[in-house]
Amino acid sequence: MQKALLINPEKCTSCLQCELACSFEHEGVFNPAKSRIKVFEFEHGRRAIPYTCTQCDEAWCLHACPVEAITISPNTGAKEVNDNTCVGCKVCTIACPFGTVNYNADSGKVAKCDLCGGDPQCAEACPTGAITYVDANWTGYERMLESAVRAHPAA
Amino acid sequence: MNHIIIGAGPAGVIAAETLRRLDSDDSIIVIGDEDETPYSRMALPYLLAENIGEDGTHLRHGADHYAAHGIRVLKGRVTAVDTGAKNVTLEGGDALSYDKLLIATGSHASRPPIAGMDLPGIENCWTLADARRIAERAKPGAKVVLMGAGFIGCIVLEALAARNVELTVIEMADRMLARMMDDAGAEMIRRWCEQKGVRVLIGTRVESIDNGEVGLRINIGGGEPVAADLVVCATGVAPNVGFLEGSGINTDLGVIVDDHLQSNVADVYAAGDVAQGPDFSTGQSEIHAIQPTASEHARIAAANMAGRSNRFDGSLSMNVLNTLGLITSSFGLWDGIENGERATVLDKKHFKYLRLEFDGDILVGALAIGLTQHVGVLRGLIQTRVKLGHWKRELLRDPHQAMSAYLGRTQGDTSPLVGATRAA
Repeated sequence: MQKALLINPEKCTSCLQCELACSFEHEGVFNPAKSRIKVFEFEHGRRAIPYTCTQCDEAWCLHACPVEAITISPNTGAKEVNDNTCVGCKVCTIACPFGTVNYNADSGKVAKCDLCGGDPQCAEACPTGAITYVDANWTGYERMLESAVRAHPAA
Repeated sequence: MNHIIIGAGPAGVIAAETLRRLDSDDSIIVIGDEDETPYSRMALPYLLAENIGEDGTHLRHGADHYAAHGIRVLKGRVTAVDTGAKNVTLEGGDALSYDKLLIATGSHASRPPIAGMDLPGIENCWTLADARRIAERAKPGAKVVLMGAGFIGCIVLEALAARNVELTVIEMADRMLARMMDDAGAEMIRRWCEQKGVRVLIGTRVESIDNGEVGLRINIGGGEPVAADLVVCATGVAPNVGFLEGSGINTDLGVIVDDHLQSNVADVYAAGDVAQGPDFSTGQSEIHAIQPTASEHARIAAANMAGRSNRFDGSLSMNVLNTLGLITSSFGLWDGIENGERATVLDKKHFKYLRLEFDGDILVGALAIGLTQHVGVLRGLIQTRVKLGHWKRELLRDPHQAMSAYLGRTQGDTSPLVGATRAA
């Protein structure tokens, strides 16, 4: 059974611990601007939604990569960017309809959630349980995908 | 079942892999006419910039990738297709028979009909062999003229600049990137290039090229000739359809395909830069010549070749470009529709621009300069045809709220959301 990030926005207080943990894990600095998970605030901060890659089955990023720099981890199922292969062409950043692959001008590569190899630091850092790492067989996931990818073609 | 795929670029390779995944027994032959391991043209600028080696341009890594997947990659050039006998003829006379045929021959670089274009020292930037020749001449300090400031030209521009050459860009149209950028955006990019030390001549026609006292002399309309050690020609590409003449396969600019990526002839499909297929935004038959379209075409054509029935909704025209560090993207109907509404924020000083185009409360197109975070959501909003509701008002006020609008419209309910892996 593979696991997935379960996000419950109702519990999010917008404390940004997830962004800090993500940025530290991947970039070695506490800088929310470098985080691969992002908290979006609504209604003047009364509501917040943490958001990152859904590791979607369609894998738009992976299919759009011209040099096979994005592959699926056999352990976690995450779509991972191999920095040694990525040429920084950014096609995946426009191909991902969820907007969760971003270009990092400092590295000249793209960055996305890789589930931290199976120990996602955002979930670890979340003090309220808004982000948890659970068995992926969760009905809410289907609902979310349905709303998000309906119009996209997939072979 | 015998599948023949003509073309060893991204569309051909992805189609072959998809066919193998769907059927383990079929014979799959990919025919390519370049003497190279299948590679990505898109990666060539990064090779020229010396960010990667030649193996970094390869579509797939691992020496035995194709053999391991039972895909035969054959060096050869197809000269004719006989759709009655269902075979293809190779240069040299050999014929190979097929049950299903995919035309994925891509396109070739075209040169304008100008005197002197065949002189030594004038190169396209389209194949690995081209890139090797450019690398030989584009040494630090060399005088280089780049003809064409369209999408490919601007990508090559970045690579040439990285080689520290003295660069002049000559574009016939009155702006750079005429097909992916509006006047305001194109002007911003031109200004950026000039600030970075690149000479940009727009609205300038190359009248002829001849040998000067040293190197090449590029004679331009209304100005002094420009001297160059190397001319790189990026004035356009054209689909490779010449070998289909007399085959009965309908072509216009490219091979005309339906919403199953099939041509007018049964069992003959086309994908990628050579395929003229449905456009998501207009419903018209278009060539997009972009990687995401090649990939989508290939997967859907292959599924149909394998006996599935997969319908294609059409591909969304989109591009992303890095011009000397200035990142630009365009999506869909970026020039808007008649009676549509528009939201723009233009910050000339900081080289930032965002333009959104609406049809009612649906986003139909977008342009962005200087935007690298969550830019893909513009595709998501356009291609899911999400009704923006009250978010449209927000976007008219602040176009940078696109990501929030997407979340607000697709995930605004109160139920828990799972964002991650589904069990395979």
